[in-house]
Amino acid sequence: MVDAAISAPREIAVSRSRAGLRKAMQRKSTVAFFMALPLILLIALLVIYPALYSLHLATLNKSMERFVGLSNFTFLFNRQTFWLVVKQSCIFAITAVVFKALIGFIVAHFVHNIPAKGQRKWRGMLLVPWVIPPAMSTLAWLWLFDPSYSAFNWVLAIFGIDPVPWTGDAYWARFSVILVNIWIGAPFFMIMYLAALKSVPEQLYEAAEIDGANWWQRMWYVTLPMMRNIIAITALFSLIVTFANFDIVRILTAGGPIDMTHVFATWSFRVGIEGGDIPLGASVSLFMVPILAIAAIFILRDITRRGSEV
Amino acid sequence: MAEVRLRKVVKRYEEVEAVRGIDLDIADHEFVVLVGPSGCGKSTTLRMIAGLEDITGGDIVIGGDVVNDVPPKDRDIAMVFQNYALYPHMTVEQNMSFGLRLKRYPKAEIRKRVDEAARILDIKDLLYRKPKQLSGGQRQRVAMGRAIVRNPKVFLFDEPLSNLDAKLRVQMRTEIKKVHLQVRTTTVYVTHDQVEAMTLADRVVVMNNGNIEQVGTPHQLYHTPQTRFVAGFIGSPAMNFIPCQMEEAGAGLNIRVTDGLSFPIPPARADRYRRHAKNGKLLLGLRPEHITEAGQHIQPGEVPFEARLDVTEPMGMETLVYFPLNGTQVCGRVNPNAGAQDGAPLRLAADLNNMHLIDDATGRVI
Amino acid sequence: MANVAIPAGAARAGRRPRYGSMSRDRQWALRWSYFFLVLFAIFFLLPPIYMLITSLKTSAEISAATNPWWVFRPTLENYRELLTSNQYLVFFRNSAIVSVFVVAITMLISVPAAFALARMKFWGSATLATGVFLTYLIPETLLFLPLFKMFAVFNDWTGIQLINRWWVLLIVYPTLTVPFATWIMIGYFASIPKELDEAALIDGATWMQTLTKIFIPVALPGLIAATIFAFTVSWAQFLYPLAFTTSTDQLVLPVGIITTLIKGDVFNWGQIMTGALLGAAPPLIIYAFLMDYYISGLTAGATKG
Repeated sequence: MVDAAISAPREIAVSRSRAGLRKAMQRKSTVAFFMALPLILLIALLVIYPALYSLHLATLNKSMERFVGLSNFTFLFNRQTFWLVVKQSCIFAITAVVFKALIGFIVAHFVHNIPAKGQRKWRGMLLVPWVIPPAMSTLAWLWLFDPSYSAFNWVLAIFGIDPVPWTGDAYWARFSVILVNIWIGAPFFMIMYLAALKSVPEQLYEAAEIDGANWWQRMWYVTLPMMRNIIAITALFSLIVTFANFDIVRILTAGGPIDMTHVFATWSFRVGIEGGDIPLGASVSLFMVPILAIAAIFILRDITRRGSEV
Repeated sequence: MAEVRLRKVVKRYEEVEAVRGIDLDIADHEFVVLVGPSGCGKSTTLRMIAGLEDITGGDIVIGGDVVNDVPPKDRDIAMVFQNYALYPHMTVEQNMSFGLRLKRYPKAEIRKRVDEAARILDIKDLLYRKPKQLSGGQRQRVAMGRAIVRNPKVFLFDEPLSNLDAKLRVQMRTEIKKVHLQVRTTTVYVTHDQVEAMTLADRVVVMNNGNIEQVGTPHQLYHTPQTRFVAGFIGSPAMNFIPCQMEEAGAGLNIRVTDGLSFPIPPARADRYRRHAKNGKLLLGLRPEHITEAGQHIQPGEVPFEARLDVTEPMGMETLVYFPLNGTQVCGRVNPNAGAQDGAPLRLAADLNNMHLIDDATGRVI
Repeated sequence: MANVAIPAGAARAGRRPRYGSMSRDRQWALRWSYFFLVLFAIFFLLPPIYMLITSLKTSAEISAATNPWWVFRPTLENYRELLTSNQYLVFFRNSAIVSVFVVAITMLISVPAAFALARMKFWGSATLATGVFLTYLIPETLLFLPLFKMFAVFNDWTGIQLINRWWVLLIVYPTLTVPFATWIMIGYFASIPKELDEAALIDGATWMQTLTKIFIPVALPGLIAATIFAFTVSWAQFLYPLAFTTSTDQLVLPVGIITTLIKGDVFNWGQIMTGALLGAAPPLIIYAFLMDYYISGLTAGATKG
């Protein structure tokens, strides 16, 4: 019988006073704290501290012995290259993100449309650009854009079109950088949007249909509002990642021709590491912060506002 | 020795007092049900007994020891959750033996207890299945098995049947009762369903708004509720509350419901009620089962009257009839052959022997 | 209205209609979908396929500038050369060691942290959780310079050489993998019903036991997803290794290929593409086998917003 008492190797801790309760609470808190401690240390030492340190670095001179205040920044403001970098970074980021989102959205819809069994296959194929290390795939694009052997130009030649200087001409180079950016990033958007599409309750569409909405209206009044949060978050992440991107420009154009494709990341690398002027490089990359912060604030504010609505 | 005592137990969240100082004594082997509407504090009380919530004030004593600061695992209790809370990656056998394995019981002992519990609950065939392969009723039994093997001082049930469909609920109710008869562990059971309370409990604790309204056996609660809340909570369909006045009628007292309708109060109670004769806010409490169709013979205490029915609900074994009386809708239970029809008048009889008089201002039953 | 024919636009919903065979409109919508999907698939798969094609060509064939989209005389020469090249193998080995270690470090840091943040409310846990999320707003391209300087300073103080040693990557890579891995795990842990903790608590488990015996097994898919993510990010890193490692024996794969195979003006594209393809292989292989975990890890936060 379950009742039969076979004594168990346990002792009941008979309670003491109310203070014991506080100790128990502390125990949980301290355990939790220690579990989170490595994370806290990691972020504090290797993310926050360097970020603040770069502020300090930006105020030093090239050999890092003298404090020069903001003169690094004023120096930058007078350089034409710097403003080129600002302009190019912003244009690349915004253009690329807009197209990534658009393509991702469109492709997600197509994938969502086909029967569920086939979706897995297609999803698998379409996500490949995102899985391949960007450095490797950018190499492939570099080869595809090669001035002498470009496979694209070979195809164009068949149609009698002159070869395109994909990386040789400044404006084509910009186009190429944005194109590769889109190629690598669109699948991410596709996956996120697909997941969000699936989470929209079927009944909303059915109600809209009964109310007489056509496909465009359903998209505008049902799909987009329900996906607002996802659209905002992915856009924010992608903006930051694209804005701060290094690999693509570095490998494809190395910033050229004539600095016309330099972005913050590549130029600060050029100035800071290759040019040996760390403070100046730091000043360059620091310039990303205000722009990123503004974007972040706008988008996060939008999210939390919607969050409280829903 | 596994009695449970609550002494002036208080639970406060920020400014909200979920439990306002309750006292309760639960005897060894007793099956006590805490029942009440959502938010009355019954689950909070249970969780305080379990140690899952801290106690803001008062003491909880289990088996003679004050356990206020004792963590759940040292209180020697076991709990059955509403959502079963079975570990999805473990088999039934592993789920049941988890607590014992943590305490490093010898394997033979674990095996023995698991087999015994499985026998009691009739789940021997399921021991090596995973929870997702089980039905709702089976999962609930496994959850109970997990509690039984621990051989605790107290079983705690937190609305265990709420997730089951109606039919399964009835079935599991009897299972739980059978297990209790076999295993005899002190049990505290929380539910919002008064039917479960009435059928399972040795004693029922009716809670409302953080307070205990009344403690008693099901019989006591049904026949002698002490407050309007308890009177209206226990019994389904609920008791009718009809605003009324008292008036003298010769040597006795009458309850006047409307200008045309008054009921004589049974003499046995007249004295008790007399001093409230002047009270303007009185309610007549009468259960639907005590309003039936007027038969050929009128029993002493029964008062016939005529009512125009609004709606009837044929239930098969009886028909519920609804009619207005002094501004309230009243429910009665009549024989299915009594000829009750929507909108038609019907001759009914009220059994005043089972009446209750309630002071609406205080909410107490007189 | 049980027999309503589905109007034209309804095709987008992707569900199988319940009434009889598909209407003509639905079929057309499906055809267009497949058509565009094929177009996009071509767009997305073109570069990797081209890499493969090029990798099978000899240098001669490449410079002969024949049809770049077809291999006339396929050869495995490039593969053979790379796979027997000491240098390339060193790159591969470095990448592998670094990635494996980083994955281990990442999981050791993020799993307990995620558990603490998701389950054990402690003072500041909410701010820490948002803080973790916000670290992604500080890109590596901002941090690499101060880190460079910090490592140099560290070398001056302690004499431990960090720059140009592959183990410096073990320190910096986690800053890229841990936040997102933690976020993934928080999502998975949070979706485990609270009653499971309470049942474990009553059964007598300590917090660590609850984590190891209950949460980790139940959230295994999340763990796999986080592991895959950490590996893929580590393997693909370019900026940090480029900045911090320079000697050829310390390089990881992406940097190694770029800096050594591209010598001067003569690019041996056959080898470069082979190198790149082999370099892309590990993530692709993992992806091929564990695609579902990959995707669910990404979308872990998506629908939960």
